[in-house]
Amino acid sequence: MAGQRILITGISRFLGGRLAQRLEQDPDVSSIIGVDLEEPSVELTRTEFVRADIRNPLIVKVLQATEVDTVVHTAVIATPGSVGGRSQMKEINVIGTMQLFAACQKAESLRKVVMKSTTAVYGSEPIDPAIFSEDMSPHSQPKTGYAKDAVEVEHYARAFGRRRTDIGLTILRFANFIGPMIDTPLTRYFSLPVVPTALGFDPRMQFLHEQDAIEILYRATREDHPGTFNAAGDGAIYLSKAIRMAGKISVPVLVPLMGLVASAVRQTGLVDFASDQIKFLMYGRIGDVDRLKKQFGYTPQYTTEEAFKDFIAKRKLAKIFTHEQAAQWERDLYEFLARRGYDTVPEPEKV
Amino acid sequence: MANGRVVPIEQARRSEKPRCAARTADGRPCKNLADESGYCRRHRPVIREVEAPTAFQQWLADSLAFARRRATGDYPIDDFGFDRDLTENVLLPILQPLFDRWFRVDQIGIENIPSAGAALLVSNHSGTVPVDSLMMKYGVYEATGRHVRLLGADLVFQMPVISELGRKSGSTLACTEDTTRLLRTGECVGVFPEGFKGVGKPFRERYKLQRFGRGGFVEVALRTQTPIIPVAIVGAEEIFPIIANLKPLARLLGFPYFPITPTFPLLGPLGAIPLPSKWLIEYGEPIHTDQMDPEAANDPMFVFNLTDQVRDAIQQTLYKNLMHRRSVFF
Repeated sequence: MAGQRILITGISRFLGGRLAQRLEQDPDVSSIIGVDLEEPSVELTRTEFVRADIRNPLIVKVLQATEVDTVVHTAVIATPGSVGGRSQMKEINVIGTMQLFAACQKAESLRKVVMKSTTAVYGSEPIDPAIFSEDMSPHSQPKTGYAKDAVEVEHYARAFGRRRTDIGLTILRFANFIGPMIDTPLTRYFSLPVVPTALGFDPRMQFLHEQDAIEILYRATREDHPGTFNAAGDGAIYLSKAIRMAGKISVPVLVPLMGLVASAVRQTGLVDFASDQIKFLMYGRIGDVDRLKKQFGYTPQYTTEEAFKDFIAKRKLAKIFTHEQAAQWERDLYEFLARRGYDTVPEPEKV
Repeated sequence: MANGRVVPIEQARRSEKPRCAARTADGRPCKNLADESGYCRRHRPVIREVEAPTAFQQWLADSLAFARRRATGDYPIDDFGFDRDLTENVLLPILQPLFDRWFRVDQIGIENIPSAGAALLVSNHSGTVPVDSLMMKYGVYEATGRHVRLLGADLVFQMPVISELGRKSGSTLACTEDTTRLLRTGECVGVFPEGFKGVGKPFRERYKLQRFGRGGFVEVALRTQTPIIPVAIVGAEEIFPIIANLKPLARLLGFPYFPITPTFPLLGPLGAIPLPSKWLIEYGEPIHTDQMDPEAANDPMFVFNLTDQVRDAIQQTLYKNLMHRRSVFF
């Protein structure tokens, strides 16, 4: 039997490129075709790169000529700055996905489609449940930005799934990626010297380590897991806690001024901080990963907190102070204060 | 003697006695007899009498350790955002004087709360500012060490600071999904089905239970087979008696009500001080839903009846305890 023939969109981006690298190691994969407008950013040996635009109907020719049996759609992008503006981003996300699925519908050799989505489809609202499982829907659908794109893209994917019932469709709703290599608005946000937050709000967040993300994409590609899955590390983390772990200082900003601060930060070019992320910084979002663990059969190697620790350890973020310093200060301060009026100084609690 | 070796009685007796655990300078075990420390007099380690830390020192060490944990982000939270470290060390201790000194809360029937496993506490709600939920949370924690996961209205989670403290103290939005999830993981959940209708009712309607929402809590309890514990809180009605409600102003500000009390807004910020009424919280006999059919949750008539049963249990307890109350303040 001939090996699997896989087409990956968004090969120039982190996930697409790394997934191709991982698949190249696998002898059962006979060919990998990477589609994008830009050259892949990672080194690839046997992946064929096709410079094509998924928004162009010609994509159907690529699908037919290569006779792929699996399409992995990772070209749904979250950062308007990287492609030259929000309208461009929407074009790539929504029109691109539409065209791709139109082409997929015509491709007879196709057996499986894996699509990268996001937990952002659940929105960030105070009036929604604290934890979302895959079959819950938020009170109101996200109306702006990346989240809106993701909702529409998923909608096209599901419509396609209904028309081609012979194809296994996997939708992966990834939480925010974090890790030593990946570059996202969130990783840049945590790299800011001082971190702006919403005054009076402390969102719960959930991270997925980049290695786990690649592994999940790889397994979804190689194995058969039709369905929709939330993908995130175990546990939740408060933004305030993450900032403290990173040894940064947060600057609480009045909510009405958040938009202003967001655009100021965007102007400096440090973080491509879309205004629609403000709700996320107020209310956060947590997805239930039970289905990923039980049905998909993969438990991420890193919990949310471990993923974040790995990120701060390997990125060597400039810390205000380290854990060791804090422990030392605690001992010093204790000895200083306890000695006043008391002669004996018992050892403070071991840390 | 299986191995045929004869041990002289004298030697056997000597070896029974404990020997010093130390080793001599050339590395052989010390042969001296040991005293109660396990060493001989020569090898006994010098034990300096370490004084037990004074209360102040213990407090200082705990506080500094807490401050360090907070500063470096070294504390766990659950998926709902419950921060045990903060709740037990800061939030609950703040409530203590209010519970012990101001309202002098008495509790009856605390043994009805199971020491482990899921339970749904259903309580009346009153007092203009929902202090009653906090007192119940403190009371249960103080008596059993369990954390009641309170269910709050939408408004709670929209407000800055309040939403943050709510989540960190273990509260979540009153919705079926969250309640089910909490009960399935064996948590003790507290719900106030009257909602704002109960908290914001005028003083003349005190201790009259309002409509119990849509009975969603009963459905969840049935599905998860969780015992329902009716809770009656006496005393909270009198802390901020509502004489009038400025509805237009409330609408303008987006509040569910705008209360006029004898002291608010007349005395300005002083009006925010609650009247020191004497409280009594009674936890009633559990209603065991595990003996009922989980499918009954789909039968609206059954759900209505069970809701009424819970409501009635609370109302009757309220009347009974009001009868025995000597005065509002003592």
